[in-house]
Amino acid sequence: MSEAAVVSRFDAPMLRAQGLKRYFDVSAPWLNRIIEGQPRQILKAVDGIDFEIPRGETFGLVGESGCGKSTVARLIVGLHAPSAGSIELEGRDIAGLSRTQMAPIRQRLQMIFQDPYASLNPRWRVRDIVAEPIRAFKLLDDPAAIERRVGALLEQVKLNPKDGEKYPHEFSGGQRQRISIARALASEPEFLVCDEPTSALDVSVQAQILNLMKDLQRQLGLTYLFISHNLAVVYHISDRVGVMYLGKLVEQAPAKTLFTTPRHPYTRLLLDTIPDLDMTGRARGPVAGEVPNPITPPPGCTFHPRCPFATDRCRAEIPRPLPLDDGAVVACHGVEEGRIPAGPSLAVPEKPERLG
Amino acid sequence: MAETPIQRISTEAPKVAGRFGDGLRRFFDGDIWYSFTRSPVTMVAGVVTLIYFVLALFGSWIAPHNPFDMASLNLLDSLLPPIWQEGGDARYPLGTDDQGRDMLSAIIYGSRVSLFIGFASVILAMVLGVGLGLISGFVGGTTDAIIMRIAEVQLSFPAILIALLINGIMRGVLKENVGMDVKQGDLAYTVLILSIGVSGWVQYARTVRGSTMVERGKEYVQAAYVIGIHPITIMWRHILPNVTGPVLVIATIHLAVAIITEATLSFLGVGVPPTEPSLGTLISIGNDYLLSGEWWITIFPGITLAVLVLAVNLLGDWLRDALNPKLR
Amino acid sequence: MATPLLEVRNLVVQFPTRRGTLTAVDDISFHIDEGEVLGVVGESGAGKSMTGAAVIGLLEPPGRIAGGQVLLQGRRIDNLPYEQMRRIRGKEIGAIFQDPLTSLNPLYSVGRQLVETIQTHTDMSPTQARARTIELLTEVGIPAPERRVDQYPHQFSGGMRQRVVIALALCVNPRLIIADEPTTALDVSIQAQIIALLKRLCREHGTAVMLVTHDMGVIAETADRVAVMYAGRIAEIGPVREVIKNAKHPYTHGLMGSIPAVGHDAERLEQIPGSMPRLTDIPQGCAFNPRCPHVFDRCRQDRPDLIPVEDSRVSCWLYDRASGPGIEVAKARVASTHADDLQEAADV
Repeated sequence: MSEAAVVSRFDAPMLRAQGLKRYFDVSAPWLNRIIEGQPRQILKAVDGIDFEIPRGETFGLVGESGCGKSTVARLIVGLHAPSAGSIELEGRDIAGLSRTQMAPIRQRLQMIFQDPYASLNPRWRVRDIVAEPIRAFKLLDDPAAIERRVGALLEQVKLNPKDGEKYPHEFSGGQRQRISIARALASEPEFLVCDEPTSALDVSVQAQILNLMKDLQRQLGLTYLFISHNLAVVYHISDRVGVMYLGKLVEQAPAKTLFTTPRHPYTRLLLDTIPDLDMTGRARGPVAGEVPNPITPPPGCTFHPRCPFATDRCRAEIPRPLPLDDGAVVACHGVEEGRIPAGPSLAVPEKPERLG
Repeated sequence: MAETPIQRISTEAPKVAGRFGDGLRRFFDGDIWYSFTRSPVTMVAGVVTLIYFVLALFGSWIAPHNPFDMASLNLLDSLLPPIWQEGGDARYPLGTDDQGRDMLSAIIYGSRVSLFIGFASVILAMVLGVGLGLISGFVGGTTDAIIMRIAEVQLSFPAILIALLINGIMRGVLKENVGMDVKQGDLAYTVLILSIGVSGWVQYARTVRGSTMVERGKEYVQAAYVIGIHPITIMWRHILPNVTGPVLVIATIHLAVAIITEATLSFLGVGVPPTEPSLGTLISIGNDYLLSGEWWITIFPGITLAVLVLAVNLLGDWLRDALNPKLR
Repeated sequence: MATPLLEVRNLVVQFPTRRGTLTAVDDISFHIDEGEVLGVVGESGAGKSMTGAAVIGLLEPPGRIAGGQVLLQGRRIDNLPYEQMRRIRGKEIGAIFQDPLTSLNPLYSVGRQLVETIQTHTDMSPTQARARTIELLTEVGIPAPERRVDQYPHQFSGGMRQRVVIALALCVNPRLIIADEPTTALDVSIQAQIIALLKRLCREHGTAVMLVTHDMGVIAETADRVAVMYAGRIAEIGPVREVIKNAKHPYTHGLMGSIPAVGHDAERLEQIPGSMPRLTDIPQGCAFNPRCPHVFDRCRQDRPDLIPVEDSRVSCWLYDRASGPGIEVAKARVASTHADDLQEAADV
């Protein structure tokens, strides 16, 4: 390990989440509960996760819908307060700060949303949308200076400064996402939370946005938390990747390690679902089962009903995250006991299945 | 710093004008204007409504007489029939009432009163309903529950009953405590506007609450939170402009309802005083003479009222369809 | 050669709007053989869903077929009256849509919907139809079908609902299924299951599929041949392996390069500059010419036809004998396009 890496270990990372939890009360209204005799229902959307993101890096978070990855994003930017745990931005705990306490931190911490059609106020001109953070944080107060800054921001995301006069509906999905990025950059943040920023876009537009995000990261030294359900996108953009299942981080590792030597059976299942674009005729594992209802998750390891390696221990005891030599952290009894066969795929090799 | 406000004013003013012109151009270029020009019925309704507005605004110049001016009335001219009937008088094309008032002028002035009270009540109901609906949908929780329970209680009574109730209470309270008689002048207007307005806010509130709850969950609102915008500013600057579409439709249809309610209250004798008659008052006055042959006193104001309400209703219907993307 | 199962000849779909007529599908021709899976891929607005809807006679008004023919086993079906078309839709062409909820009536149990469909198109007795329904549900992998047959759509998860829709589409053994984005609304692990299921069932039943999707991955997994659409036209059509591994049209090549893949360690993805033109201003000549790195004069003037190149057909003047540089040169040129060239093209 190089000297720089040793030193940086003692520096505070850009972001560190520890024991982060968020529970939602999804019970029926009080009166209905009394009459129908239902118990309270608690959804453990995020159930105790730990990760760090060093400055200038990208942490990718993957998982299927309902696994809690979007809740993590919302916790970090303060849209939800955590039920437990801490979120440190360069060593300072920002979890559960009040709106006024949070104000100076928000300037350094911005978010890009999934739906380019819902994330811009349809009644506002683009220049007002992009200028909103500048005005809110009182970064500039001279109207001419704001206008120049907005123009520069639009150019930075490869839009025409004249586009500021238009309304969001005059733009395509990809252009709207650029506007969204320009707005996020307006307060000169250091950390961007990106919640599925390309999943509503066509692939060629997705490539443009991913390239833009990488360019911006290089130019401005940004740190990203990048959330997506698309494994290939996460592989492309991330330095380190975390896999979420039912509110827990089941595995995290450097991107390359995770994709070449996946440990957790769920990670392997996910990798098996990646379409075979190289047309190798690779055999795909029998992907079985569906994500259980997160309100009543299975006991023990929540993945055990879908796991081909589940034992009685898996059905009873919740696995703890276990750090491995190569930087991976895996929460799996099977991996801990060393009884899961190595290999990138769960699939038993068989004849490639193809029509015709 | 000291000169900034002046600069701001000087740069803002033309911008506002520019925005307005721009907005106007977008309106005539937009789908709403297009669908207006494609519907003959709506265009007729629009023209009719426009005529009423012109009459109401410029009535004092258009009407041949001033029916409110007691001095100009001549009891000898009372109960004259319309001009085309035997005994009609060229000075009074639609005849006169029992006081000798020119019916045509009384209708023009009466439409003005009806429209004014209708408009004022709609604005009151709108401000009240939009405000409460916005708060209800945005804040949620107990605030929402309280506002919505009040709304539901009020909705379980007919609006006219609520209006009568508020009207009665206010008249009583004002007479008891202040010693003012509501039968006179502007106070009657105020009481009417309040009672019609307060009886009509529920629809606005429910609609706005619903749209607010939808908008509140959208990502642009969350983006504003992430920037750290104050919730009240978010409510006012982000959500309000996005929930006003359906309000316009409700307001148009409510205008027709408010005019009818005013006419009903005036007909029942708890509306505007007979000295400054609205359409409802005129119908009420004429009602006494309907069976004795002087039909014109009640029929002409009645037709005027019906046409106005129909035209406004048609406009409301069209607006609802034009603003509904599903029916476009 | 025998008559293809489905043949589309010079299909044109138009939308009259107040600002003029928009052409969403502009003179396209293709065919599907018996038992074959044809993928139709393209980005939003390319006209792929419109093509599917036109074939099955479900274009949303004011959209209409403005030209061309659709032939099912040699018989024209684009000009049939509604009632006849409805019968064909149930019996000979099945449909699977993106949102399973639009295909299922929420007020009826899934069993009732299946039984009704079966009874409409066959002369089975109610008992037989119910037995067949349970058999079908088993076939599409629904656990405990005897119990679930009487449940309502909302009691099924998204993936299970899509399985029911597939059962509904297959219940009277149609010759052809139009599947419009059948997996887009589903989670990745469920997507893989549904693709595998669709593939297996169609092979077993010998059903041909027109698979409309934006997802190259789904196409690569499922299709035999693929048509790549761009701005209402077919840019390239050919065997799936040829199109994906050996794209000949500059657009297809750019599209393939823009897909991130696990194991490809490029710092930047290839990107096609600009965006697909709106239907209101499709450029003259080749619709792709303003974004194309290999554009030359002829591309700006004439619209290219589909030109046979090896096993594929490509609508690109590069491959034309008269105006192009020769097929081998053209292929090499397109294949050597790198992200940097495209970036330069974007900056110009």
